[in-house]
Amino acid sequence: MTPVDLVLDCRGLLCPVPVIRLAQRIAEVPAGGTVAVEADDVAAATDVPAWCRMRGHEYVGAVTAQDGTPSYVVRRVA
Amino acid sequence: MADDTGPAGPTYLDAASSEPLHPAAREALHAAADAVHADPRRGHRAGREARLVLDNARAATAQCLGVRPDEVTFTPSGTHAVHLGLLGLLRGRARVGGRLVVGAAEHSAVLNTARWHEDAGGEVVEVGVDRTGRVDADALVAAATQGPPTAAVALQSANHEVGTVQPVAEVARRLGDVPLLLDACASAGRLALPEGWTVAAASAHKWGGPAGIGVLLVRKGARWRAPYPVDDRAEERSTGFENVPAALAAAAALQAVVAERAETVTRQHALVARIRDAVARIPDVDVVGDPEERLPHLVTFSCLYLDGESLVTELDRLGFAVASGSACTSSVLEPSHVLAAMGALTHGNVRVSLTRATTEAEVERFLTALPEVVARLRAQAGIG
Repeated sequence: MTPVDLVLDCRGLLCPVPVIRLAQRIAEVPAGGTVAVEADDVAAATDVPAWCRMRGHEYVGAVTAQDGTPSYVVRRVA
Repeated sequence: MADDTGPAGPTYLDAASSEPLHPAAREALHAAADAVHADPRRGHRAGREARLVLDNARAATAQCLGVRPDEVTFTPSGTHAVHLGLLGLLRGRARVGGRLVVGAAEHSAVLNTARWHEDAGGEVVEVGVDRTGRVDADALVAAATQGPPTAAVALQSANHEVGTVQPVAEVARRLGDVPLLLDACASAGRLALPEGWTVAAASAHKWGGPAGIGVLLVRKGARWRAPYPVDDRAEERSTGFENVPAALAAAAALQAVVAERAETVTRQHALVARIRDAVARIPDVDVVGDPEERLPHLVTFSCLYLDGESLVTELDRLGFAVASGSACTSSVLEPSHVLAAMGALTHGNVRVSLTRATTEAEVERFLTALPEVVARLRAQAGIG
């Protein structure tokens, strides 16, 4: 997997905070760039892809961070 | 009686959790509570009178649901009817096979029974749903008719959280001999039961009957075997001394609701369409469930960046009682398995469900209040 442009550490944060962080910081990467949301809240598994669908970004998929935390990767479309 | 024409009081928009008691039920409940006290299985006059009232309740319920009276059993709840119905089907078919096939968006009463079945050594196949919450009929039929023999399939008439109507009749037709448990708790009284099921469950307080009454329907000739200890009552499916006045009240409410159904469904369907349309105009809100093939009285939507509990609390403060499938502020509860199975946003979720008495004016007041609440809470969350 190619390195992402921005990693958001959302460990310990409950929904909807990981998605709020993602929305607030996606603009820091250029169009086509990627953001990884590392979140242990189970709702993120559904809510990050749903956010991408609602906001017109691309959900790349889930990988696992080194400590086992799920990492949800998003590509900024515009 | 409630006065629906007065100034804005609290507006109850959570009928899918429990519909207010119908006046016909209240009347029957009071009359029967005064008149009936004996055990319906006793041979004395008071016992015979109680039996007569129970039989009347059964006959009226059967007529409203389009079944035979001897197919109706009153249970202590809809959940209990689901447990009893599904476990009884699995037991009756134990020699045929051990596979249970369920939809992923079923009520927890079904999914918990499935877990119970797994713990007892049975196999469970959970079939996914589409973006509207409708079960994948092809996958469900394949799971039930290919591979190890299937004991039973469980499918809801309509989804309790998002309202989407399930393709029950189509699935049942394609299942052949595999029996289907229909969880009709969300729709019974509001919509006619679909065709093709073997066992069905319903809940009286969801149609305006009293709480504490569920209905188990078992088709004549079904291979259903009591999964619990059977007591010595006349009817093997009942568990203990029936709540006779409540059963009569449940039946009275059902009769009244079914008689008013055509008008209620048309009115509620239009009001919900109005809500769906208005809510969809609020930025970053996902209105979920099938827009047409749905329960008439229910709509669910999710608001980006908000937590469901704050929405419920803030709307309650303004006088609107709604439900939420979100579990944002709790670290132990998982978000709604229905929304997750649909791939819908699980946070910021609100379910609005109309009672038979909900007025257009109440709906308009809610639709005026909601965008302001969403904007205010988003501003507090630092989004806006």
